[in-house]
Amino acid sequence: MKELVVISGKGGAGKTSITASLVVLAGKSVIVDADVDAADMHLVLPLKETCKFPFEAGFAAVLDTSKCTECGYCREVCQFSAINEKYEIDHILCEGCGVCAHFCPSGAISMQLKTCGDWFVSETPFGTMMHARLFPGEESSGLLVSRLRQEARARAEAGAIDLCITDGPPGIGCPVIASITGASLVLAVAEPTISGIHDVKRVKELAGFFRIPVVLCINKSGLNPEIETEFRKWAAVNKVPVVGEIPYDSDVTAAMMAGKTIVQHSGGKPSRAISLLWEELKASLELGGV
Amino acid sequence: MKIAVASGKGGTGKTTVALALASSFEGEIIYLDCDVEEPNAHLFLNPEVEKAETVYSFVPLVNESKCTLCGKCDDICRFSSIVIMGRKLVTYPAMCHGCRGCELVCPEKAITAGKRELGTIAQGRSGNINLLTGRLRIGEAMSPPLIKHLKSLIPESAKHIISDAPPGASCPMVATVRDADFVLLVTEPTPFGINDLSIAFEALREMNLPCGLIINRSMPGNRTAHEFAEKNNIRILLEIPDDRAIAEGYSRGALITETRPELKSGFISVFKKIGEIISAGREAYP
Ligand code: SF4
Ligand code: SF4
Repeated sequence: MKELVVISGKGGAGKTSITASLVVLAGKSVIVDADVDAADMHLVLPLKETCKFPFEAGFAAVLDTSKCTECGYCREVCQFSAINEKYEIDHILCEGCGVCAHFCPSGAISMQLKTCGDWFVSETPFGTMMHARLFPGEESSGLLVSRLRQEARARAEAGAIDLCITDGPPGIGCPVIASITGASLVLAVAEPTISGIHDVKRVKELAGFFRIPVVLCINKSGLNPEIETEFRKWAAVNKVPVVGEIPYDSDVTAAMMAGKTIVQHSGGKPSRAISLLWEELKASLELGGV
Repeated sequence: MKIAVASGKGGTGKTTVALALASSFEGEIIYLDCDVEEPNAHLFLNPEVEKAETVYSFVPLVNESKCTLCGKCDDICRFSSIVIMGRKLVTYPAMCHGCRGCELVCPEKAITAGKRELGTIAQGRSGNINLLTGRLRIGEAMSPPLIKHLKSLIPESAKHIISDAPPGASCPMVATVRDADFVLLVTEPTPFGINDLSIAFEALREMNLPCGLIINRSMPGNRTAHEFAEKNNIRILLEIPDDRAIAEGYSRGALITETRPELKSGFISVFKKIGEIISAGREAYP
């Protein structure tokens, strides 16, 4: 099974629109929306039959005021300043390390398992999709991403499906690391802007750190030809193949407004460009042509 | 006035808005680029770097000659970053949260403070803007500790602060906005934009933070963002038109107030409106 992960460093580069179109072109794959912070794929891929599961991860310290003598030791040992003068525990600051509970001489603090969000398995016309919804302010989204990918792999194997397409989260931190480790190929989507080029360099470095091959797709091309040239030079020097170029075009927003993927919405320029991109990706992934 | 600029997702124009606001402000202002995974503000401000430092987190350093392999540190560590494997103690510094439980619990005092690099922090100036920016080390998974460190560098005398929050609504975003006086949400009037906005808004409501909305790439006749604002009782503070010239300006690193100077007065009035909302008191807002 091959795993293609689409990332962009930053949101708004058009990653989800492109990924959803690739899912349509692939026809049959296991799909992962790894942007567990703000999942968007379901807005353009119709879902049928959704199963929901709670995502439990990590612990939170809970203080029993009837046992607490206000000795202050927990506040002293907490490295995250999560316990205030009134002995209230701030659940945003608490890391769930349990050090306070361990050292409390009165046994007033216990560690309780937290539900951090929900994850879902849905059917789409193009394959099964794993997605999730993290509760606001929760962490361990990396764990949740790993969980989704694990499920996706299991389902791909069970259904003898040879491709998994993942819409990655933004950034280069924990969730992104969790979404690319062990992947077959990373597709970096970048816009030709000065921040786009800056972000893609970081993405390339990150993928290099985990030894995963990276290919590049320039989105919104035509916006700044000068920076595009710079992009191509950088890509050539760093041996990042440019496998696609999608023009800046109002079709993309129009498709989004219609709640459709670009390739289903129109046969315009962006749609044709994504079809070409898909052919290139198939070759890079060494998927057998059908 | 501590204003945090947030949006459910990147790419909606959060940095664009935060920069336009900071540059429209008359007087000293601190700009905190808390998007440490992809800091971009410096690309537009080109500040003179005045100070740069590396930030570290605690990780255990084990003195093997003192360790009796009693296993107490392994027991307390909830992140499996210090484990006894056979007759050896192994540490996984990348997974360590720096709680220091292992150090505190070790009866042999075999553990001392080691360090793991979280990233770097730089400070520089560009006109009236004092930029503080953090950059997460490639391969480092945890950004909130770096964000917290960045925030600790704000001088106490600072009166006006704009923080550019990371995308999303999870811990890095919350770490940024939690002590703001006001959160400015930036959205695009598309289904993606509204979906992300509603997630960010929900997080703010849980934290009981007052907020207002700026609609970016606003299209005539499109009311999706207005409807959301009405339904949730959020005040719309500004609308920025959808304009290819702005996108092109952004691609070159130009501020919106440079591409479209006529929008500057709008940003100045945003400050006034925020001042009004803050002084009206938190109770008045959802
Ligand atoms: S500091 Fe805390 S997280 Fe790190 S190894 Fe020690 S017990 Fe584990
Ligand atoms: S608590 Fe101290 S002595 Fe015991 S195993 Fe850990 S390092 Fe070794």
